[in-house]
Formats: sequence, structure tokens, C-alpha cells
Amino acid sequence: MAQICGAEVDEEGFLVDLKDWNKEICIQMAKDDDVELTEEHWGVIDFLRDYFEEYQIAPAVRVLTKAIAKKMGKDKGNSKYLYSLFPYGPGKQGCRFAGLPKPTGCI
Amino acid sequence: MAAKEFDIPKLPTYIEIPELNHGVMDGDGPFKSVEEFQKPLGFPGEKIDNWQEVAIAKMGELKSKYRSVQVFLDSCVKCGACTDKCHYFLGSSDPKNMPVARQDLFRSVYRRHFTFAGKYFPKLVGAKELDDDMLDDWYNYFHQCSQCRRCSVFCPYGIDTAEISMAAREILDTVGVGQKYCNQILGKALTVGNNLGLPEPALRDTLIDLEEEVEEDFGAPVKYPLDVKGAEILLITPSADFFAEPHIDGLIGYGKVFYQDGVSWTMSSYASEGANFGMFIGSYDIMRKAALRIRKAALDLEVSRVMVGECGHAWRVAYSFWNTLSGVGAGAQSSDEHAMRLQKQLDDRYPQPQHIIEYTHDLIQRGKLNFDKSENDDRTVTFHDSCNVARATNMGGIEGGQFILPRDVIKAVCNNYVDMERSTIKESTFCCGGGGGLLTDDLMEIRVKGAMPRMQALKEVEKNEGVNTLAAICAICKSQFSKVLPKFDFDPYMIVSVHQLVSAAIILDKPQTTNSSPDGQTDAEEPVIEAEETAETE
Repeated sequence: MAQICGAEVDEEGFLVDLKDWNKEICIQMAKDDDVELTEEHWGVIDFLRDYFEEYQIAPAVRVLTKAIAKKMGKDKGNSKYLYSLFPYGPGKQGCRFAGLPKPTGCI
Repeated sequence: MAAKEFDIPKLPTYIEIPELNHGVMDGDGPFKSVEEFQKPLGFPGEKIDNWQEVAIAKMGELKSKYRSVQVFLDSCVKCGACTDKCHYFLGSSDPKNMPVARQDLFRSVYRRHFTFAGKYFPKLVGAKELDDDMLDDWYNYFHQCSQCRRCSVFCPYGIDTAEISMAAREILDTVGVGQKYCNQILGKALTVGNNLGLPEPALRDTLIDLEEEVEEDFGAPVKYPLDVKGAEILLITPSADFFAEPHIDGLIGYGKVFYQDGVSWTMSSYASEGANFGMFIGSYDIMRKAALRIRKAALDLEVSRVMVGECGHAWRVAYSFWNTLSGVGAGAQSSDEHAMRLQKQLDDRYPQPQHIIEYTHDLIQRGKLNFDKSENDDRTVTFHDSCNVARATNMGGIEGGQFILPRDVIKAVCNNYVDMERSTIKESTFCCGGGGGLLTDDLMEIRVKGAMPRMQALKEVEKNEGVNTLAAICAICKSQFSKVLPKFDFDPYMIVSVHQLVSAAIILDKPQTTNSSPDGQTDAEEPVIEAEETAETE
């Protein structure tokens, strides 16, 4: 199985053991995707991790955009902005960087 | 996590039969399921040792249990009518994606083991052994079929490739070769209650958030109730409606329609999923397990109506199978006491189950909803018929109702509507490219290629009619289009829920004004009761 900074990841690049997550892994994952993590990225990643800790699931897109609007300003509370941060999608790429499981379903 | 590179098909002026490219879609297929996802569904964790023997025995069982499968296997005369009807063939040019060729992967093995000629003169009748290569081909190419059934419309014998693909997937699961995407999701649906694995607290808070947002935006206390006992309607909707865009705007729309009607309704945290992937993997038992969660929710919540949100195959399962699976509608076995109880509990003055489109359509017909259509004047809309709705169900109890009702609803709320080319809509609709358990990133190549015919028809109406909005009533279609539209130079945000269009145009009664009903046909209950009950459960 593939590894990132010593932590096992599955075939889609998600951490096998969520407890393995640390900032170094997150930065490496972003680097592999050609994404340079800015303060805004970290704002989203922190929210994703906090939400997951409380609910054991990634937030719905609308919950995320509302939270980001509150945190970073109204102009940033929309999925277009989030896609500009995470080109493969805030749900999938964002969750992967944040060490959350991949959201799956009809999404 | 670099995705595999592939050529995105060019959109032709009209669809032509492509030059064949043998083996262009060869491959390992989607990610395979592992023990963690296989075991809870009762499937072996990995490919079993005596898989050939078990697979052939399963094939024998299936052909006897589902007589249609055997008829489909026996009756093909190789006329070729289906060859150019599959969107995956048209988009990929791999001849194994011709429906007849896909069927023949299965049929050749059936002939070898279950027909006289195939047993004794296999070469003469194209009978083949189920060896490792064949099993790999099954796994790969039966996961390049979205079970959309377009080919069956054009087959003079009505051969349904979807059923063959379901049978093949069931055999694959039986020998331990399952698909990760479907089986992981089914595990969540059967334990947590929905495909996403969205637990009750997250769902509840998401809905409360939504209520705040809608009240803020529209100035009316529209509710999104969860687990309200004694509500009239139980809404079963795909969990994507809670989670994803543009789906959630459809959910907002349903809530507004319920609010305006004044009916009490609820969703269930136990059965918070309309989708039923049991159908995709061909497993009747698993499909039933998923359906029974809905029955339990309906019984526990003591509702008198069960309604289905915008989900394509959910409506097929509900419309075609719920009656015998769970007792929603007529026809449950008299020995099944829970199903009989539910049949008595549900109000037979309404269709059971009812589609949200049927419900909204009925309210429009009765003049109970008022719209400001100009709210959608920035849009020129076309409607994508989702395959399971189009080719496996009905709405409104009238011939072609599943085509008429959604269009009627759109036209009631939008001034600008045009259809795509007629050979690409209604019963001939082209699949979005992501149905049937294919909506996963590891199948992106076939999803994009399979979307080509739909995109071609869309491009024509964009060019000629100025269409800028594509409306659909299926969660899979909506997600698939969001992903593939930009690959064909469309705006990914042009895909909307039909109830998003309703939501934009509907005129809501604001609080403190009387909930007037101009035609006096009010059967409305007081929404206040429902609001109080919601508050109690928090």
C-alpha cells in the first residue's frame, strides 16, 4: 500500500488510519497535487477537522460554505471560491488533505 | 493522486457510429471491494478458490429465478439494432461496449454450460469458458454499463442489458469480486441509514441550518422536519439532497412546496436515503433490506403517505418494487404482517408511493401554488430525462406521464423551455453517463466518454436555442453533470434540480398573513403543530 510521510493511504490517496494525520502529511498531499497551502486553505482544513471530530462525517457543502463565510467573509462563502482553493473539490480533495474519509454517495 | 489521462471526445454535429477501437476501454475496472465492505453484505471478502464452480451454479440459479434473464440470453438474433444505441459505445468506440457484445460476455458462458450446442460444439455457437480473462472482462465491462436500458428500447425482442449486467454483478459479488464504490455505500446505507454515512446529529443540524438560511433568504418559516411522529407525509429523498450542490436547492424547493400547501411532513433519520444501490449490484436481498428501513420508518412515524424526492433509480425501486418489497402500495404478501399493517396505514386516496413531481404537479393543477415566473427569466431551460424514471416508471397514471409531468412543472415556473433533439429524450433519453453504480472517480474516463451523446444534444440546444440551464430529477445525474459539463465547455453550474426552479419562482405566504386558499379546496393542516413537534424533539 502507498504511503505518505510514513502513513498508509488507500488507492485514492486517503489516509487508512485517520489518527495518522499531521500537518506534514497534509502539506505533502497538497504538494503532490500542486497546491500551495495558504492561510485560507488551513482555515477550511481546520473547519473540516473540527466538524468531523464533532459529527464523524464531513460537513455538507452548504454547511461548509456558511462556516467559511462566517470565518473569512461573505464573498468567500460559496462553492466557486472553495473550488478555487481545492480544484478537485472541497469535499474530496479538502477532506483528503484534512485527513477525513472520502465522502461517498450520489455526490 | 494524478488521474489517468484520456482524450475527451469531441462533440460532433450529430451522432455517428464511431470507427471501432478494439480494447480501448480494456482495463482492471473500478476499485475492487475489500473484506471490510464485502462481509457485512454477506459476500466473500476476496475471490474464492472454487470461484468458477460457484459462479456457474449462481448463473444456473439466476436464470431459473429470473426467467427474463434466460429469455434475454436465448432470444438474441444478432440483428445489430442495439449496437449504436449505447452511450458508452458511442463515446468510447470500444466494440465490447456495444450492448450485444456486453451481453455476449455473459451469454457465451451461459451457452457453454446451459445449452446443448454449447456443451458439445462450443466453437460453433460462440460458447466460452468462464476463465480468469473472462471474469476480468465481466468485471471491467459490466462496470461500463449504467443499466440505463436505452438499448432495450431499440431491441426488437426487448432484451434488457441492464438485467444481464445486474446478474453478472451479482455473480461477481457471490465469488468475492465486488465493486468498492457500491458495496462500501451499501454498508453505510444499511447501518447508518444513508449512502453518505450521515449520522442523525449531523443530519439534524444540517437541516436546522437550512431552516435558518431559508427563513433569512425568503422571509418565511419553512421547515425541514426530521422524525416527526404523526406527520402526514414521509419524504424519502437521496442523501445527496442534504449534502451536495445543486441537490440541496431542490430540497429547499420541496420544503417550500410543503409549506405552501400547509401539509405536515417529515424525513426520517433511520431511513434517510432514497437511493437503493441493491438494485445496481443485482441483489434482491440487499435491495429489500434497504427498502425495509423505509417501511420501518413509515410504521414508526405513523405517516399516511410516502413520497419520493428527486432520485432516478429510487423512483424505479419505489414505483416498481416497493409494493412487494415493503408493502408501500398494494400487493404485499398476506403472510407479511408488517407489510399488511403498512398497507392499511397508508391513505389510499393518494398514490403510494408518490413522486414529489406528482405532488407539486397536482398542487399546480389545482391552483394551490402561485409563481412569479420572471424569477427564472435569466434561464432558458431544457430537461434531461433520467433513465430509470424514463424507461422504468410512470407518473400521474397517464401514458408518458413521467415525461409530461416534469416538463409541465418546469413550464409552470419558467417562461423559457425547450426540449433537446427528440431521439435523445423521453424513452430514448441518453444516460448522463454516471448511473448504475458508476458515479465514482475511478471510472471518470468512461463517465466522461459516456456523457458525450447527452452533451452533444445539449450543445445543439445551447447553440440554437440559447439553453443555459439543464434541469434533472436524479441525484446521480446532477452530480455527474456537475463533473462532466466543464469537460465539454459548459458551465458546471448550469445543472439544477427541477425543484430549484420551483423554489426560485414560488410565492410564499409570509407569516401573519392568512393562509388563504382561493379555490376553497383547502385540506391544509396547521403547520404550527408540526413546528412544535419539531421543537420537542430537539
